[in-house]
Amino acid sequence: MAHAAAQENALLDLGRKKLGMWLFLVSDALTFAALLVTYSYLRLANDWPHPFDFSPAIVFSSAMTFVLLSSSLTMVFGVAAAHAGDRSRAMKHILLTALGGVVFVVLHLMEWRHLIDEGVTPFANPWGAPLFGGTFYLITGLHMTHVIIGVVYLSVIAFGFRRGKFDSEDVEVAGLYWHFVDLVWMFVFPLIYLLSVAPSG
Amino acid sequence: MPEAITYTEVERHAEPKSFVGRWIFSTDHKVIGIQYLLLAIVAAFVGMALSMLMRIRLVWPDRPYAFLETLFPTGAPDGVMTPEFYLALLTMHGTIMVFMVLTTAPQGGFGNYFLPIQIGAADMAFPRLNMLAFWLTFLSFMTLMAAFFVTGGAPGSGWTAYPPLSALREATSAGNGQDLWIASIAIFCLASVLSAINFIVTTLEMRTQGMTLMRMPLTVWGWFTTAVIGLLAFGVLLAGGILLLMDRNLDTSFFIPAGLVVSDRLIDRAGGSPILWQHLFWFFGHPEVYIAILPGMGIISHVLATFSRKPVFGYRAMIYAMGAIAGLGFVVWGHHMFVSGMSPYSAMTFSILTMAIGVPSAIKTFNWIGTMWGGRLRLDSPMLYAIGFVSIFVAGGITGLFLGQPALDMYFHDTYFVVAHFHLIMGVAAVMAMFAGLVYWFPKMFGRMMNEPLNKLHFWLTMFGVYGVFGPMHFLGTLGHPRRYAEISGVDYLAERGSAELHYFITIASMILVTAQLLFLVNFLWSLFAGKKPQSDNPWESTSLEWTLPSPPPHDNFAGRIPVVRRGPYDYSVPGSAKDFLMQHEPDGAGAAE
Repeated sequence: MAHAAAQENALLDLGRKKLGMWLFLVSDALTFAALLVTYSYLRLANDWPHPFDFSPAIVFSSAMTFVLLSSSLTMVFGVAAAHAGDRSRAMKHILLTALGGVVFVVLHLMEWRHLIDEGVTPFANPWGAPLFGGTFYLITGLHMTHVIIGVVYLSVIAFGFRRGKFDSEDVEVAGLYWHFVDLVWMFVFPLIYLLSVAPSG
Repeated sequence: MPEAITYTEVERHAEPKSFVGRWIFSTDHKVIGIQYLLLAIVAAFVGMALSMLMRIRLVWPDRPYAFLETLFPTGAPDGVMTPEFYLALLTMHGTIMVFMVLTTAPQGGFGNYFLPIQIGAADMAFPRLNMLAFWLTFLSFMTLMAAFFVTGGAPGSGWTAYPPLSALREATSAGNGQDLWIASIAIFCLASVLSAINFIVTTLEMRTQGMTLMRMPLTVWGWFTTAVIGLLAFGVLLAGGILLLMDRNLDTSFFIPAGLVVSDRLIDRAGGSPILWQHLFWFFGHPEVYIAILPGMGIISHVLATFSRKPVFGYRAMIYAMGAIAGLGFVVWGHHMFVSGMSPYSAMTFSILTMAIGVPSAIKTFNWIGTMWGGRLRLDSPMLYAIGFVSIFVAGGITGLFLGQPALDMYFHDTYFVVAHFHLIMGVAAVMAMFAGLVYWFPKMFGRMMNEPLNKLHFWLTMFGVYGVFGPMHFLGTLGHPRRYAEISGVDYLAERGSAELHYFITIASMILVTAQLLFLVNFLWSLFAGKKPQSDNPWESTSLEWTLPSPPPHDNFAGRIPVVRRGPYDYSVPGSAKDFLMQHEPDGAGAAE
C-alpha cells in the first residue's frame, strides 16, 4: 500500500473500507430514522388501523424475522471462517446468508401480494387511514431493496473471496452491511407489525 | 547546523495516459476538484442570470424581451415574464445557488483539491467513489436544468419546496418540473453522502507522519467538519424527497392534509401534514447553511494568518467553535418554523439554542480579528476577500439575532429582511471565501497568478454591489415587504414609504454586482492562459504542505516522497527564526544562515 507509512498516524485502527462502510451505514440509518419518525408522526395524527391478526399475519412475519435473524448468524460464521482462512467454508456460509435473504424477500413478496389482494394500495385500504398503505409499502419496500442489494453484494463477495479476489476484510465489511439491514428490520417489525396487531376476540 | 527535512518514501501512482482517463473520468482528486469548481462557476453564472431576470421583473414588470420568448415560450409569452415564471426563477435561482454553487465549490472543489495535499496524502481514500460522486453531482445539475424545458416549466415552490404546492399536481406545479427537481435533489444527496464518506476517511486514515489532528490546517478542519454534517444531513433530505415524490406520483398523502381546496375543487386526500415536510426539510436545511459556510471559515482563517504573518489566534478555539456550530446546527431547525403554529415552548427552546450559535460564531469572528491584530498585513487580493468575508459575516450574522427570536420573527418572517440576512451570511460570505480561496490557490492549481489590479477592482465593486443590493433589503423587510412576490401593486403602506425606489436602487446595484463578476470571469480565463508566472512554488510564503509542491502538483502529489510534518500549520513570525515563516515540514532553525 502506498500509505503503509502513514497508517501509524491513523486515528482509528479500523482500515479505510470498514470505516467507509460504517459511515455509509450512519447516513443510511438516518434515512430510515427519518422514515420511521414520519411513520410515527402520521400514525399518531391519524386513526391508525390494526389489521394484522395474530395468525396468520404475525406468525408469518415472525417467520420472516426468524429467517433474517438466522442469516445474521450464518454471516458471523462466514466472517469467522474468512478470518481463519477457510475459503470454501466461508463461501458456503456467506451463500447460506444470501439464501436467507432470498427466502426473506420471497416471503415478504407473498405477504405484499396478499395485502394487495385485500385492496391495500399506497393511497387506500379497506380499514381506514389511507396512509397505512403508503408508509407500509415505503418502509418495508426500502428495506426489501436493501436486502436485495445485500443478496447481490454477498454473492459477489462469496465467489470473489473463494477465488481470492477479496480478502477477509471485504467479507467483514459485507457482514457489517448485512447486520445493519437486519438491525433495521428489528425496528420495522415492532413498529409496523406488532403495533398494528388486531385486538383479540 | 539545522536538522534535515525528512521524507516518507511511498510507491508512485501510475498516471493515466488517455485524455478521457486524465481529464474526464479521472480519479485524481485534483482533476475532480477542478471539475467541481467549473461546475460551480457555470452554475453560479446561470443562477446569477436568473436573479437578474427577477430584478428586472420587479422593476420593469411589463417590458418585453424577445430572447425570453424564444427561451421560455410559456414562461414569457410575448417576452413578458409571467408571475408564475417569476416563482420558477426564484426557485431555480435558490436551488442552483445553494446546491450547485455553495455546496459544491468550497467542499467538492477546494476540499477535493487541497485536503489530501494538505494532510500529505497521494489521493483520496476512495478515488473511484470520488469520481462517482462528481458525476452524480453533474447528473443532478443536468436534471435540475432540464426542469426548465419540460411541460409546465420549472417548479415554483421555492428552494424549500413546501407542500402542498410542491406535492399536488392540481396546484400550480402541474408539469414534471417539480419531479425533476426532486430527482435532482435525491441524486445530489447520494453524491454528497459518498463525497462526505471519502472526506472523513481520508482525514482520519491518511495523514502523513507527524500530521496529528492538532497540526491540521483549519481548512482541513473546515472540510472535515462539513463532511460530518453532510453525512448526517443529506440522508434525511433523501427520505423527504422520496416521500414528496410518492405524494406526486403514487397518490399518497404524506404532506397533504384533509379538506384542502385547490382552484375551487376539494382534493381527495387526507391524513398528511405539510408541517412534517418542514421538519424533514429543515433538519437538513439548517445544517446545509453550515455546509456552505464552514469550508469558507477554514479558508478565511488560513488566508488571514498567511497575510497577517501571524499564527491563527486561538487555533484550538477555532476547531472547537466549528464543532459547536456543527453540533448546535442540528438542533435549531425549528427557528425556520416559528410561524408554523408550533408551541411557544418549542419555539423558545429553538430560539435559545439558536442564540447559542452566536457564541461560537463570535469566538470565530474575534479570533479572526485577533489574528489580524498587530500583524504585518499584506493587503494582497486574497487578504482583501478574507477581510470582506469577515465584514459580511458580521453584517449577516447580526440580523440572525433578530430573526432567531420568535416575537420579532413573527413580523420579519417571509419578508425581504430574511432575504437580506441569508444572502449575506450564507450566500455572499461563502462566495467571498471562494474568491479568497480561488485567488490564493490559483498559482498552485494553474501555475499562474491572477491579475492583481483587476482582482482589487473586482473586490471593491463586489463589496459596493453586495451592500447596495442587500442593505436596502433590510429596509424593505422592516417596511413589511413580503418576499417571493412578482409584483406588489396597490399596497399603500409600501408605496408611501418608497419601496419602489428601493427596488430600483437594488436593481441598479445588482447590475453593477453582475458586471463585477463578469470582470472576475474575464480575469480568471485570461490568467489561466496568460497570467504572470509566480516567482516561486510558494508565492504567498505560506506554511502548509501544498506550497512544497511544484505548480501544478504532479499526478500523485508528492511524487513518492511525502514530507514528515514537524510543526503546526501557522508558524509565522516565530521568534528567533531567520525567516518569518516555517513550513510544516521544516525543522526548527530552518532558513538560518549557513
